[in-house]
Parts: sequence; C-alpha cells; structure tokens
Amino acid sequence: MFSSAGFAKTWQYIQLFKEGLICTLSLSALTVLFGFILALALALMRMSKIKPLSWFATAYVELFRATPMLVQLFIIYYVVFAKTNLPNFKLFGFIRFERFFPGVVALSMNSGAYLSEIIRAGIQSIDHGQTEAARSLGLSSRQTLMEIVLPQAIKNILPAIANEFVTIIKESSICYTIGVQEIMYAVATTKGATYRIAEPLLIATAVYFCLTFPTSKIIAYFERRMSRGDKR
Amino acid sequence: MATRDDIITVNNLCKHFYNGGLKALDDVSYKINKGDVVVVIGPSGSGKSTFLRCLNLLEVPTSGEVIFDGVDITKKYHVDQNGKKVRQNIDLYRRKMGMVFQHFNLFPHKTVLQNMTLAPIKVRKMDKAEAEKKALQLLERVGLGDRASAYPIQLSGGQKQRVAIVRALMMEPEVMLFDEPTSALDPEMVGEVLSVIKELAETGMTMVIVTHEMGFAREVGKKVIFMDSGKIVEDGTPEQIFENPQSPRLKDFLGKVL
Ligand SMILES: Nc1ncnc2c1ncn2[C@@H]1O[C@H](COP(=O)(O)OP(=O)(O)O)[C@@H](O)[C@H]1O
Ligand SMILES: [Mg+2]
Repeated sequence: MFSSAGFAKTWQYIQLFKEGLICTLSLSALTVLFGFILALALALMRMSKIKPLSWFATAYVELFRATPMLVQLFIIYYVVFAKTNLPNFKLFGFIRFERFFPGVVALSMNSGAYLSEIIRAGIQSIDHGQTEAARSLGLSSRQTLMEIVLPQAIKNILPAIANEFVTIIKESSICYTIGVQEIMYAVATTKGATYRIAEPLLIATAVYFCLTFPTSKIIAYFERRMSRGDKR
Repeated sequence: MATRDDIITVNNLCKHFYNGGLKALDDVSYKINKGDVVVVIGPSGSGKSTFLRCLNLLEVPTSGEVIFDGVDITKKYHVDQNGKKVRQNIDLYRRKMGMVFQHFNLFPHKTVLQNMTLAPIKVRKMDKAEAEKKALQLLERVGLGDRASAYPIQLSGGQKQRVAIVRALMMEPEVMLFDEPTSALDPEMVGEVLSVIKELAETGMTMVIVTHEMGFAREVGKKVIFMDSGKIVEDGTPEQIFENPQSPRLKDFLGKVL
C-alpha cells in the first residue's frame, strides 16, 4: 500500500500540497465571509413582516438544504457561469480565478443557507425584553436590531460560525471536481503524475486533520469559557 | 393647541391576544393628568401589565384609543394643527414615556454608562460627553456613582433596577411607567428601589405604577386603580380604595393581600 519509494515520488510534488493548503484556506475563509453576509440577509428576510421576502428566504434555505452540494456546484460552474467570461488572472500567482470564483459562489450560497438558520436561532434566542426595553426608549426597530439584538445574537453564535468554517474546510474539497487547486486537486494531480494514490491521500488526510482538529479544540475551549462567563 | 390637564387618556381600550379569546383588557377608559401618580393593583392575570403596555403600544390594542398629549397614538395617521395628514411615528411618543420592567431588561453587552447613553445619543442626538455627564449625575442621585463602568451582570438586582430607572430618565420622559418594579427583587432590595421611585414622585413626575406593595401604593399613590378580569373595577384616592372599598371583588382582594 505505502512504500518509501512512493513517498519519495509524492514528495517531489509537495509544492502542490502547499498551494492546495493556501487555496483551501482562501476558499474557506471567503466562503465563511460571504456565506455569513448572505446568511444575515436571509435570516432578516425570513423574519421580515414583508411576506414575499420571507417566502423567498424560506424557499432558498429549503432548496439549498434539500439538494446535494455537488449538484449545486455543477449548476453554478457549468450553467450559471458557463457564458460569463470571468477574468482569468491567477490569485497568489497560481489559483485560477475563473474556477476559484464559481467555487466560492457555490460554497457561499450553500453555507449561507445553513448559517442563516443558525443566525435566526441566535436572534430568536435573545430575550424579547431586550427589544421591548430598547423600543420603550424610543429606538427604532432598525436601531434595536443593530445595537441590541444582533450584537448579542452574533456573540452567542460565534462558536457555531467558527464550526461552520471547519465544516467548509472539509466540504471545500468538493471543488476539485471543477478544477479548483485545493488540497484534493493536489492529490489528483500527484496521482496522475506518479501513479501513486495512497501516499498523496495520506498527506491530504494529515493536512486536513492538522487544520480542523486544533481549530475545533480551540473553538470548544472558547465556547466553554464563554458559557462560564454568562453564568457569572 | 389649548393646554390640557390630561397627559394620557384611554378610551374604550380592548385587547384580546387571540381572536375570540378572553379579553385581557375589556373596555377600559381612564384619564391620567400631569403630575398624577397612579397605582394599579389587582390579582395576577387581571390585565395590569397589558393596560400599562398598551399606553406606549408595546402591546397594540385590539380597539380603543390611547390619547397622548392630544394625539391618538393608536392611529397610523393624525391631523396636525394645519389640517395636514401626517404619518405617525410611534418612536416619537415612546421616548416621552419611560418604562421600567419587572426583569430590568438592561442590555448585558453594554456597561451601565452605555446602557444609559445609548438612546439619548442615538434618538435625541445628544452629544456623547453631555450624555455621559448627565448619566453620571443621575447615577450619583441613586447612589450608583461608582458603578458607571460596571456591566449589568456585576450588579445586584436592586442596583440593576435603579440603573433601569435612571436609564429611562435619561430620555427626560413626560411619564414613567413601572411594571411591578420590585417583584423580581430579593426582599432586602425592595426598599432601595421603592425609595428611588418615591423620590421621583416627589419631583412631580407623572407615573403609572403596577405594584403588589400595598404599603407603598397607599403612601405614594395619588390615585389607585383596582383591576380585575381586564376591567377597572374601582378607582379613587388611596383612602377611598384602601379604607372604604365598595365592590365585593376589591374587598375580597384587599382581604387577601393586606
Ligand atoms: N402575550 C400574551 N399572549 C397571550 N395572552 C397573554 C399575553 N400577555 C398576557 N396575556 C393574558 O392576558 C391576561 C392579562 O395578563 P396581564 O396583563 O399580564 O395581567 P397582570 O399583569 O395583571 O398579571 C392574562 O389572562 C394573560 O394570560
Ligand atoms: Mg403583570
């Protein structure tokens, strides 16, 4: 299965894995950022009194949660961006933007659906007395949301957002299917060049594990500390 | 507009939470004059909170009028002096009615000072330094001058409620509404909060106070309302209500609480 010769061959392509790591991290970070903005908009729309907005947000969330990520990715890449000429420059000198960008869009749209439910739960978990106190002081509903409800809700769901980042690091591997040069793309390329699969996969496993395991532990630590803080 | 004695007048106020459900407020009419200290008493579930919360429209009445400074604030529009129809902004009226809640509802992510200055800065466009100066003066007045930078979680219940009161006062309201301000407090802290409210009454502030503290109601109230089943069953001076109750339900209630 594994051989030292296989590792030696694979090691010649280690640069691909370094690039894959940078690409995976960029992809995940941008996805969380855009996913969060989209999620916030969706959550507010879903709770809006304007029915069509609320219906749209509900339909969006249900659609994206009920269909496979791979289908969404292919639709975005092969259908939505099929006729669009994205600028073909290279991020960090190697990441092909015209593949990377549709990847970010697809992952963000998917992640936004999941995150919006987390945000909505976070907003609804804030005691209604907070809103009443703010409104009784004369703050508008918008000011109440921005000054009182959202800051508390976001703080409560920060661990959940960080966990979403960990999930996306893993799920972003799917983007190798559209040629985004993340970690699994490095595996596929190395396999093509060396006819070795076990060693590249072992390296990929190690890289993913080193990314996600410590991150989850750190998040869990802060989560514990935060909940202790609340009980003070 | 002619000067008027009443500041809030409610006419035929009704509130049911569910269609066809029981009436939390059943045809309530009452007039609150400037400088009045109105105490609302009655058994639990009789509609006291609902009545209070309808005054600043935290609860939207099912029907009836709430006339504040001559304007029916339950309507979407009102007609101004020049006969022009203007869209109403409830926020403009709410800032003139301070409210104090049973569970304080301080903002936990803001310090005492920030709790107090937020609305004056955002709503009244008060200068930050000026708002902070005013906040510190008010805190001093209620014996909390040294807690300005504390977070609510670091305060006792009595301190929280005193902060909640001065937070409302920061907006320089014309009326203060209190919904059972001492019901969530440990017994040893009730006094400190009641004395702040009493002092406020002595400054001539118009107030509506829902309370179970009968001694306090009698001492501070200029008028007392007794509610039961969503209705004002009896109202009058503290002497009339406490010494000479008329209705059997009030007699029964007083028999239980005194
Ligand atoms: N948000 C609500 N939804 C449904 N019913 C309510 C709500 N608030 C109050 N009620 C009902 O209205 C009635 C009056 O309540 P409330 O005004 O809180 O009484 P009090 O303050 O005198 O205890 C009660 O029967 C209560 O159950
Ligand atoms: Mg009540």
